[in-house]
Amino acid sequence: MDCSLREMMAVAAAREIHDHDIVFCGTGISMLAAMAAKHINAPNSVIFFETGAIDSLLEEIPLAVADPRVMYGTVLNGGLADSFATMQNRFTGPEVVGILGAAQIDKYGNLNSTAIGDYQKPGVRFSGSGGACDVASFVGRTIIFMQQVKGRFVSRLDYLTSPGYLNGEGGRERAGLRPGGPDVVITNKGMFRFNADTKEMYLTGYYNGVTIEEILETMEFSVDTSRVSEVPCATANEVRILREICDPQGLIL
Amino acid sequence: MVFQEIYKKCQNIMDKRTSMGDAISRYVRPGAHISIGGFTLNRNPMAAVYEIIRRKIGNLHVYAHSNGQGIDELIGAGCVRAVEIAYGGNGRFAPTCIRFRKAVESGRVLIEDYSNYQMALRFMAGAMGVPFLPTISSLGTDIVGKWGFSQEFREKERRLSLKKLTVMNNPFQRQVDDPRKVVLVPAINPDVTIIHVQQADAKGTARIEGLTFADVEQARASKRLIVTCEEIVSETILRKEPGKNQIPFFCVDAVVHQPHGAYPTACYLYYDYDPVYLNHYKEAAQEDSAYRQYLEHYVYGVKNHQGLLNLLGKDRLELIKAINPEGYAPGLDRR
Repeated sequence: MDCSLREMMAVAAAREIHDHDIVFCGTGISMLAAMAAKHINAPNSVIFFETGAIDSLLEEIPLAVADPRVMYGTVLNGGLADSFATMQNRFTGPEVVGILGAAQIDKYGNLNSTAIGDYQKPGVRFSGSGGACDVASFVGRTIIFMQQVKGRFVSRLDYLTSPGYLNGEGGRERAGLRPGGPDVVITNKGMFRFNADTKEMYLTGYYNGVTIEEILETMEFSVDTSRVSEVPCATANEVRILREICDPQGLIL
Repeated sequence: MVFQEIYKKCQNIMDKRTSMGDAISRYVRPGAHISIGGFTLNRNPMAAVYEIIRRKIGNLHVYAHSNGQGIDELIGAGCVRAVEIAYGGNGRFAPTCIRFRKAVESGRVLIEDYSNYQMALRFMAGAMGVPFLPTISSLGTDIVGKWGFSQEFREKERRLSLKKLTVMNNPFQRQVDDPRKVVLVPAINPDVTIIHVQQADAKGTARIEGLTFADVEQARASKRLIVTCEEIVSETILRKEPGKNQIPFFCVDAVVHQPHGAYPTACYLYYDYDPVYLNHYKEAAQEDSAYRQYLEHYVYGVKNHQGLLNLLGKDRLELIKAINPEGYAPGLDRR
């Protein structure tokens, strides 16, 4: 089925969500992926937001995690303190899958969403962590959205906002963090996963019509491409759910 | 002195209702350390924010988790000297708040970065009366490693802790899977916190509908508390369902009846955010002269919040009116 690369990105992420997952999601395309998963492959997944809303009905797509649309029909409406405590909790935290995005990523899946250039006098300032650092510190696994363009996949982050595997194998443990860390990176061109031992990123998939070369030329670090294959195209049903059920106004797509 | 202040607060003052102008001029002084309630495009105390801007109260030190629109407008109008913040964004309307970004890039505003949970814990510590709370968030990151405020700034400002945060070994570690280290984040006790709620009574007992965000912790951590509300209701009504109330009257210093007091951000069950206003704001914020025009027209150009609402007209407010049971405006054109 013909679809945009952005739609393909949302579908690829939705497929990574398993039934009964507790899904932490932020604003934008992560919200769309989580909504789509509930309609496609994970009807019993639970979407929850850092603002404190748990299992929102989401009859319309929210434009922020504090959108009143996240408050309607929940099992409970709490606050920041208890939503992050749920993820820090040693029993519930490992059950959570977090969806994050960032301006920069390195080969160990560490993220920068704070600043480009010198932190004290940044060339470009971004929003900052919000809840991203907390989620990346606490939860069992994370799905990361990135734009596959130059300057995003960097050899060294200007600011490490959210921890991936830090400096590789055993990095999280040495820093005092829980196990966990990034599971998959989904871009507008393809997908990456992480080696079980070295925790380095490798290319696992490219979308129909995209070449491996055009992915690699955007990146400052090299990745293993020996396990790569084409990601199955979005089905007609997946695209219909995205366009007609999740985002009929085209607010995110 | 402190005892007398607390005593005064606890006295059964029957009626704390006052005007927005009076509440802001009395409690929000130049150089004050403040926090505002709400989150990105929801329940920011915008009427109070606009009143602070109209009164040109400057040099503020703001403690924020993710108070998108309110913080961006305070910064844009030049009221803010320093901000301790987790997230300067406003959902789809501003992945990074525009005036916030410009102010930080140009060095006009000093900034210290924390995570959302850390800011929530800092307010909670302030509310609990303990000097810090621990978390295992941010170990190994630049939130721990890079500090925004200079040591000189911290030493000069007695209301700040001398350290951004500190990492310590877990003194209670027993099992291998117990956390080895914790990050301690310092308590916040603002001079004044302003929150906007759905309902309050004249004495100040307040009811928030929908998500509370960190409003309750912010309110209780603060030396002074201004509650602005959509409706003043009788104490009898609030006492009928006490489980729905979050703030007891003795925490509250001023109550301001302010319908549409969160506009242009949303107020669950009352009105949605206004996409037209927020899109216009986003356009104007890109460029200094357009932003000055925005301020002149919508903030300085009106006498008070009702003046802004009159300027926009009834039809505009009708579009964003919340429907029950959804609590927002279903089908609202949000492009």
